[in-house]
Amino acid sequence: MLETAPSTDAYLMLSGTLFAVGLIGVVIRRNMITVLMAIELMLNAVNINLVAFSHRLGSLEGQVFTIFVITVAAGEAAVGLAIIIQLYRLKSTINVDEARMLNG
Amino acid sequence: MSLNDLIFLLPEIILATGASLLLIAPVTGLRDSISAKWAMIALLIITAGSLLACSWAVPGMEQTAGFARMFALDAFSIFFKLLFLFVVAIVVLLSDDFLRESRYSTWEYYSLLGFALCGMMFMASGVHLATIYIGLELLSLSSYILAGYYKNEQKSTEAAMKYFVLGAVSSAILLYGISLIYGVCGTLNLLDIARALSTVVSNDALMFGVILLACGLCFKIAAAPFHVWTPDVYEGAPTPITAFLSTGSKAAAFAIFVRIFYVALPGFHLDWSMVLATVAALSMIVGNLAAITQESVKRLLAYSSIAHAGYVLMGIVAMNVMGLRGVLVYSFVYVFANLGIWSIVLMMKRHEYAGEKVSDFEGLHSRSPFWAFSMFVFLLSLGGIPPTAGFIGKYFLFYAAVQAGFGWLAIIAVLMSAVSMFYYLRIVVAMYLRDGKEADVTASGALKFVAAVCVVATIVFGVVPNDLIDQVSSSAKGLHNKGAVTRNATR
Amino acid sequence: MLTKLWLIPLLPFIGFVLNGLFGKRLGKAFVTGVALVSTFGAAVVGTMAAFQYHAQYPEGERYVQTVFNWFTSGSIHADVAFQLDPLSIVMLMVVTWIGALIHLYSVGYMAHEDGYWRYFAYLNLFLSEMLVLILGANYLVMFVGWEGVGLCSYLLIGFYYKTDYAPAAGKKAFVVNRIGDFGFLIAVFLMFAYLGTADFGLVSHRAAAGVDAWLLTAICLLLFLGACGKSAQIPLYVWLPDAMAGPTPVSALIHAATMVTAGVYMIARSNALYRLAPDAMMVVAIVGSVTALFAATIGIRQWDIKKVLAYSTVSQLGFMFIGVGVGAFTAGVFHLVTHAFFKACLFLGSGSVIHAMSGEQDIRKMGGLRSKIPITYWTFLIATIAIAGFPPFAGFFSKDEILGSALSSPYLPAGVRYLVWGLGSVAALCTAYYMFRLVFLTFFGDFRGTHEQEHHLHESPATMTIPLIVLATLSTIGGFALAWHHTLAKWLEPIYPKIEGRESEFAIANEVPLMIVATIIAAIGTWLAYVRFYKRGLAADESFAQSSPAIARGMENKWYVDELYEAIIVRPLEKISLFFWKFIDAIIDGLAAMLGYIVQGFGDLMRFFQTGNVRNYALMLFLGVIVFMWVIS
Repeated sequence: MLETAPSTDAYLMLSGTLFAVGLIGVVIRRNMITVLMAIELMLNAVNINLVAFSHRLGSLEGQVFTIFVITVAAGEAAVGLAIIIQLYRLKSTINVDEARMLNG
Repeated sequence: MSLNDLIFLLPEIILATGASLLLIAPVTGLRDSISAKWAMIALLIITAGSLLACSWAVPGMEQTAGFARMFALDAFSIFFKLLFLFVVAIVVLLSDDFLRESRYSTWEYYSLLGFALCGMMFMASGVHLATIYIGLELLSLSSYILAGYYKNEQKSTEAAMKYFVLGAVSSAILLYGISLIYGVCGTLNLLDIARALSTVVSNDALMFGVILLACGLCFKIAAAPFHVWTPDVYEGAPTPITAFLSTGSKAAAFAIFVRIFYVALPGFHLDWSMVLATVAALSMIVGNLAAITQESVKRLLAYSSIAHAGYVLMGIVAMNVMGLRGVLVYSFVYVFANLGIWSIVLMMKRHEYAGEKVSDFEGLHSRSPFWAFSMFVFLLSLGGIPPTAGFIGKYFLFYAAVQAGFGWLAIIAVLMSAVSMFYYLRIVVAMYLRDGKEADVTASGALKFVAAVCVVATIVFGVVPNDLIDQVSSSAKGLHNKGAVTRNATR
Repeated sequence: MLTKLWLIPLLPFIGFVLNGLFGKRLGKAFVTGVALVSTFGAAVVGTMAAFQYHAQYPEGERYVQTVFNWFTSGSIHADVAFQLDPLSIVMLMVVTWIGALIHLYSVGYMAHEDGYWRYFAYLNLFLSEMLVLILGANYLVMFVGWEGVGLCSYLLIGFYYKTDYAPAAGKKAFVVNRIGDFGFLIAVFLMFAYLGTADFGLVSHRAAAGVDAWLLTAICLLLFLGACGKSAQIPLYVWLPDAMAGPTPVSALIHAATMVTAGVYMIARSNALYRLAPDAMMVVAIVGSVTALFAATIGIRQWDIKKVLAYSTVSQLGFMFIGVGVGAFTAGVFHLVTHAFFKACLFLGSGSVIHAMSGEQDIRKMGGLRSKIPITYWTFLIATIAIAGFPPFAGFFSKDEILGSALSSPYLPAGVRYLVWGLGSVAALCTAYYMFRLVFLTFFGDFRGTHEQEHHLHESPATMTIPLIVLATLSTIGGFALAWHHTLAKWLEPIYPKIEGRESEFAIANEVPLMIVATIIAAIGTWLAYVRFYKRGLAADESFAQSSPAIARGMENKWYVDELYEAIIVRPLEKISLFFWKFIDAIIDGLAAMLGYIVQGFGDLMRFFQTGNVRNYALMLFLGVIVFMWVIS
């Protein structure tokens, strides 16, 4: 069963792509919710990496860390959504381009 | 793990429990801000006491690391933890007026501050990338909320939003770096990483990991080109929180920066030092030059804090005893000068965001000479003029760079600190050499206390810094020796 | 008193604290008392310490007193330590006594100013920092004083804060000085890194024991950069003329007699290093001589009485650097001392003139003050003769020694020696010219001010005239006394550590002919000024500007010799002056300003990147990461 699994390189490529998609998503998307999702994508790319390495190395550390990352991601989503709600209350929009009072 | 390990964590456990209690305390009907403040201060004192007791109880501190070697209670972490406790205590004092005026929930505010402190303490003690990451996130999540604590202010909410988005992206970058390092080394423990790396030759995966990790950390300490969030967040956040971000949260990031690079990665010093040296140079240049044209004191100090991140990075780049001590000394003295400045800025404040322009400082000297003088001392300290404490810190860092053969970096640093006087003097000119509006300085006792403590500390640590240096040397000792060993192994 | 060396800087510091904290509340009498007691106290204590030192160490050994250990870390060991040796005693006497005299003078001069207490607080602080600078036993303590005096100078230049230019001038001074300090600090780092110490004695000892030549040259050049900033040499001199925005006693004390000479003191103090780095010495000598001439020519065309003296100070500092640059450290220090006498006297005299003229500083509006303020006139005249270099006044001996040493210096190649001597000699001619121009325009001729000013003309009070008389006396006899039997040279002999193959002081060849040449040069300069401004007054100057065929007219005139001189010397000189002032000076000043604009431009560029849009910020993070990954792989 172990032999049939794809090599670590394949996982790395997948996670690298996901990470890049997430990062680009943050840069190009205006909707704050989408930005939040892009961030989640980046964190999940990390999780894939950790699990793949953990599998290859035969060490559990990576998987345990993944659980922590998932937990933190949940917390981050909660805080992110709270901020989005606050932003919407004050500005009636969640377009991040609209929030640029602070500059210079 | 055994029950004995709990003693390592006792201060954090007390603090986390206390912070949770603060969160639910209003349920019992206690709502006034005064009792919240005292509850918070009591919590901080108990934590500090338990920290000292635990450090005394844990034998052979330098070597021991509890919880399967994830958590160290060494002299290095105790130094930083006490510093964080001090910072938070000062921030509590600074927050007093702001909370009373704004009528936002006091208990939640202190609770969040408590959690942030808990995260910082984890960061200082973490000798395992997982511990460090959890601590960092705990600090970051609390800070995002605190930055947006002016719930009805657009600026504050915007600051929270920016801080959150960029902070989350940067911690994802940092995590990705961690995952790559894990892949190469097969472990997340810093000492094991160092050991594993001593047999590894430099490869792309590892270097990408290190660079991503460094980029993530550079974001946290606000070093260029990852500094963009700093001015906006510092300006938008409530001033006491800005004070917290620019001192406590920054010092915590320095602590993990030092710990990771000195303990885990000394073997690859040659590979990463040039990148970090570039970041340091860039931070000093960008921070100092951008500060010159600022009108808002908060933004000006934000840019200056970017520059200071650059100075401190020199100590990490130098990778020698002086550099390590320099980082600790600088974090320490910077805290006093900066908190002092924020206390004066808060004195100038009249409502929400007022009192934050350079022009608001005009004529401060004739209104209240002592506070003007204090501000002057703080600015001198930031500018590194002897005999203030800032000079000692700068001296260590610059000298470390010269010693390590980064003469060009030291030259940039000294030149840029000459430039920095230019904008610090703008405030001095406004205070001493201009006539101001005849408005009174509304200083509460707490603010006066903070400013006085900071001004005394800034002068005392500048004139007789030996106790501080001895303390720092013993705190840094364990860290560097380990580093030196692994470093020799790789050569 | 020798064992209580720390008391000397502490006394003025106490004065600063008392005046700073309570001065405003307790009033003028209190402030005056504190300021005078603390400064004269420091002077008396310093003198007593000097006598005790001489009794105990007749050979002139270093006496070091460690007050406490400042900081120790690994190989770095920095003490707060003070020292006495012949050189610091010379400086100590100059700084404390002239400082005390100027405090006394200020009591009269500042009597009607707002912020009297503030003024004396800063002035006391300055004196304290200056004493730290000269008594420090290592480069770090010296650096503390070095920064401290810069700070006080900044505060005092900006004293008249209600004007627009004073705060700007103060800031300029501070920032330019910081550029110089940068050199100083890097030099100290190099000393610690390669010599392992910053203690004066150990540094020269270890340097002599054999160090790479490049290192010594680098250290010396960096130290000289610091000296350039503090002592206003090209290209960092730009702050000093602007610094005249401060009160006149401040100009006398800080920007003429003491602080600006700190650079000369520092190089004399580091003579062991410099003697091992002849390349650095050559740089010092050339920069000094060019500055001496450059500033002297600019002085010719200034109308503000203080500006003339400011450029003159820059020029005279150039002479001192020639001295230390050619290896004649004693001559440099000698000129430092005599310059302190006559330039302090000149500045205080100009202060007295300005006082009498109700604040007027333009010499075109003065004239004929000779009879109205006789004490000021006589003291000013004596100091002018001294600076012009007529025997037996003070300036003659020191300037002559410097130029003589330049010709016979064993450290420089022949071409450079003649160049330095030539530039110095022309500068000396210009000095005599612009100083007597100043005297003739101010004190002779008819009064050109308003009626009201004429009505108010009065001699200054005794607190102001006593310092003038004392300083004028010193300007008269000070040089002769110190040169007599080489008193100063013998006194300073112990500060030059023996270095194999490097002379500490050398004999000047052709002493007597050079003295005669120097006197003739001074006489020519004076005579030109006499012809130009005494006989013909200001009108001549104005007609002169509208260029007339001078030679043709001169032939018919019975003063045709004058006209000839005017045509072949004075006129080209004034053209050069105008060129230097309006062009070169403007360019250097412009460069400084441009630097400011560039810096501001960068700041604006940064603001441009700070768009406020979080997506752009994320992009910058992204690009940063990409670039660093690309660099490392």
